[in-house]
Amino acid sequence: MTFARETWIVFNRAMRLGFREPVWLFIALSQPILYLALFGPLLEKVVQSTPDLPPGDAWQVFVPGLLVQLGLFGTVFVGFGLVAEYRAGVIERMRVTPASRAALLLGRVLRDVVVLVVQATLLTLVSIPFGLRAPVGGVVVALVLVAALGAAFSALSYAAALVLKTEDALASVLNSLAVPVLLLSGILLPMTLAPQWLRTVSDVNPLKHVVDAVRALFQGDVTASSTGWGVVSAVGLVVVGLYLGTRTFRRESA
Amino acid sequence: MIEARGLARTFTTRTGPVEAVRGVDLDVDAGEIVGFLGPNGAGKTTTLRMLTTLLRPTAGTATVAGHDLLKDPVGVRRRIGYVAQGGTSLPQARAGEELLDQARLYGIGKADAAARGRELFGRLDLEGLWDRSCASLSGGQRRRLDIALGLVHAPQLVFLDEPTTGLDPQSRANLWEHVRSLRENGATVFLTTHYLDEADALCDRILVMDHGLIVASGTPLELKRQVSGDAVALTLKDVARAPDAATLAGALAGADQPTVDGTLVVVHVPDGSSTLPALLRDLDAKGIELAGVEVRRPTLDDVFLTLTGRSLRDEPAA
Repeated sequence: MTFARETWIVFNRAMRLGFREPVWLFIALSQPILYLALFGPLLEKVVQSTPDLPPGDAWQVFVPGLLVQLGLFGTVFVGFGLVAEYRAGVIERMRVTPASRAALLLGRVLRDVVVLVVQATLLTLVSIPFGLRAPVGGVVVALVLVAALGAAFSALSYAAALVLKTEDALASVLNSLAVPVLLLSGILLPMTLAPQWLRTVSDVNPLKHVVDAVRALFQGDVTASSTGWGVVSAVGLVVVGLYLGTRTFRRESA
Repeated sequence: MIEARGLARTFTTRTGPVEAVRGVDLDVDAGEIVGFLGPNGAGKTTTLRMLTTLLRPTAGTATVAGHDLLKDPVGVRRRIGYVAQGGTSLPQARAGEELLDQARLYGIGKADAAARGRELFGRLDLEGLWDRSCASLSGGQRRRLDIALGLVHAPQLVFLDEPTTGLDPQSRANLWEHVRSLRENGATVFLTTHYLDEADALCDRILVMDHGLIVASGTPLELKRQVSGDAVALTLKDVARAPDAATLAGALAGADQPTVDGTLVVVHVPDGSSTLPALLRDLDAKGIELAGVEVRRPTLDDVFLTLTGRSLRDEPAA
């Protein structure tokens, strides 16, 4: 109960600070539309001329990819805000209160997840006039997977921020993590095009399984084995992310 | 209020272990204002961070505000306030809202938090700044907001780390008043400073820290008494009479070896003001004319110099 209350306080504070930044809010909401408008027109031709694409029409393949990409890039850089808060002494000030360290992390992660879910829903809705057709149930489950992914990367980003404590170090670490994970996920180009060794590498990338699952769900294929692997990967990522995040927030800093 | 034994912290760095704090014993009673005085890097902040549960000691034990530091850190956190050195407010956040959230993290209800916050803003001369962003506050106002944030839960014990560093003289004097008023409101205050005048003006008791150890402790007066008394500085009209004057000064009860520098003769005696009349008479009888005379009470800088062989002022900023 106390934990929920503390999480709520931290969540509210992060939300309020977000709304105070009109630029942040504008970018957060316009980004999904920008993705569609600038990327959408390329889709149909690419799909027609690419062999071995996953089943489904162009939008059922690429909107899930965009959603997962949003889940990754919408959350993986949130640590920068935490570096600023750390430098301002806010983290120490909160750590000297009796509040749970996990709540200090989770409140912030939840803010990021809520923003992500709003963005992802917007992206999905805006895709409909472009030509997306997908079953509602599958889309809802897919959005839950994307939210879980976002929670994991947000927590990992905060953990990295608290360990590294400078923007420069954080930028290089996060980029060197996010870019390969994205490339090996099959979001940009399907991994079916890849040589065997690259395919094997991408098989251990949890993001790839989440992408496959979201694509299957957009075709209403809830029982597909890829859906199962996607759920397992997303849950695994959340557990690892929150564990590492909480451990870092709990650890006494030097 | 604080009872620490053998508190130590060693940091592991790439160049090997660094003993930041090497075994500190300290006792602070309720209602005291106690200060850590020492140069940058002496281990003051590290000790403070251990006492406030932010850093785990590598050795030693402590009871803070009635709770064991290691076994019940949450119990300690509930009862102490901590105002960190570098400030604690986010520039884009609003002052009043930061205070409310901080209070609520201590488990205080919304209405109580607002009432407490308004009261603190009044007490700390922050009226009218509730809805202002922290970035728009002056340095002194921001520091007072930091203190308000550390006091939201009415702690019995308040830790202030370098409370006035970076403030202009007027804001410093103003902040000292607020620190004194904390005690009047029943709190115990533990602060660190590398300003001698601050320790002198605020503290009932001073712990002098150097290289991770407490090298001396006592009231400002007691510490100053450890130094060989007051300095009596005589400025002569005639350089040729300096040796004679030095001989006379050196013969005073309890005097040390006088130093002569041109027309200036300096001697330390246990009590300068009562020694002076006799000294002046003796000088007059020998026909040694004076251009000026000064009795200087020892400062905490003299204390530090005596204890460590270094001047506090010589320390380069960290």
